[in-house]
Amino acid sequence: MIRIELEKKLNTYQGNYPLHVLLEMETGSLVKISGPSGAGKTTFLKLIAGLMLPDAGRILVDDEIWLDTSSKINLSPQKRKCGFVFQDYALFPNMTVQQQLEYATKDQELIKSLLDFGRLKPFVKHKPLQLSGGQQQRLAILRALAIKPKLLLMDEPFSALDFKTKTNLIEELQILLDKNSISTIIVTHNPQELKGLPGQNLVIGEEESEI
Amino acid sequence: MIDWSPIWLTLKLAVISTSILLVLGLPVAYWLSKGHSLIKVILEALFTMPLVLPPTVLGFYLLLAFSPQQGLGKWLLQHFNLQLVFSFEGLVLASVIYSLPFMISPVKSALQQLPVSLAHASFTMGKSERETFFKVLLPNIRASLLTATVMTFAHTLGEFGVVLMIGGNIPGLTRVASIAIYNSVENMDYRSANFYSLVLFGFTFILVVAVFIYNKYASKNLPG
Repeated sequence: MIRIELEKKLNTYQGNYPLHVLLEMETGSLVKISGPSGAGKTTFLKLIAGLMLPDAGRILVDDEIWLDTSSKINLSPQKRKCGFVFQDYALFPNMTVQQQLEYATKDQELIKSLLDFGRLKPFVKHKPLQLSGGQQQRLAILRALAIKPKLLLMDEPFSALDFKTKTNLIEELQILLDKNSISTIIVTHNPQELKGLPGQNLVIGEEESEI
Repeated sequence: MIDWSPIWLTLKLAVISTSILLVLGLPVAYWLSKGHSLIKVILEALFTMPLVLPPTVLGFYLLLAFSPQQGLGKWLLQHFNLQLVFSFEGLVLASVIYSLPFMISPVKSALQQLPVSLAHASFTMGKSERETFFKVLLPNIRASLLTATVMTFAHTLGEFGVVLMIGGNIPGLTRVASIAIYNSVENMDYRSANFYSLVLFGFTFILVVAVFIYNKYASKNLPG
């Protein structure tokens, strides 16, 4: 079971806006988060990963406390084992496909199986700029999975892709998540694009966001 | 007969100062590139002062600060038997301070232009800030790093005012090429002045051309 409750005051061009999200999900399940631009979706993911500090909150992942502001517990991002697929993919321009995965894990067997799954084996010596948009996206997901995350966070993972690539990747992602039972939170500004994925829906940007 | 010692001394000074600035400047540039605070603004302004101050002003204050008759200079002499005024060590210190902005500013700007998500991705993969800096951030600003290193080196080659103030004009010890040129002209020895000038011009020109070629090549392959 994963339980997340976070509060953060957001400074937007429209003024201060309180973000308050309560989320409960079964381990291995998927939650799809949507909401308008500037509602705090990306901030919410960064708060979970420990890349930003909330004003108040508590994060419990499978009996492990990642954050509890009342008792001043705050695990660093390095200790949370939280896979993060960034909106811009955040692939390291200086590293090849193989090096990106080796940076995340030393487990060569795992790297091999990820490369097989992501169909990136022929491109192991390629750097991100030499990959297509879909290949970059797959690499970003594989790299996040290489740390064997307790929770996978995906920030607008399909927003920069064309319709066909997006449809194929969503199908592949569903197979991957089903096979590995990875707890996943996906953020999108367009809930329609995730229609094919089963999971709970949460809308951020309303008074209280809660599921 | 041309005296080569000013050329060797200049190169030695430039290599040592640039090496020290690489070790000192990179962490400072990284620290300055992250977030904003009043203390960072004040310190960055202080580090940038050598760019706008007349070198003699900086040299004058260093001369006062490290004078063996008073304050810090006296303390260094008494406790460490270290005299920085009119010594090669003093030249190194002055060069490091004087060339600080040439190393810090380009590296800081390059780090700020990298997407913050690169460092964040590395942190979520369990990597420390130090590992992230050396394995992810620095390799992706290597063109800017090379430019900063070469500009620092070239700038140190041409220092005059600050070097003259703190080091004087001692042959073989503090008489660097720029001072040797001035000295030669003063003595109407235009042949030597021309030789030293030509060596400095040729050396710095080749360095700058090499950096431009490298950056043109790097811009086609990698950001930074």
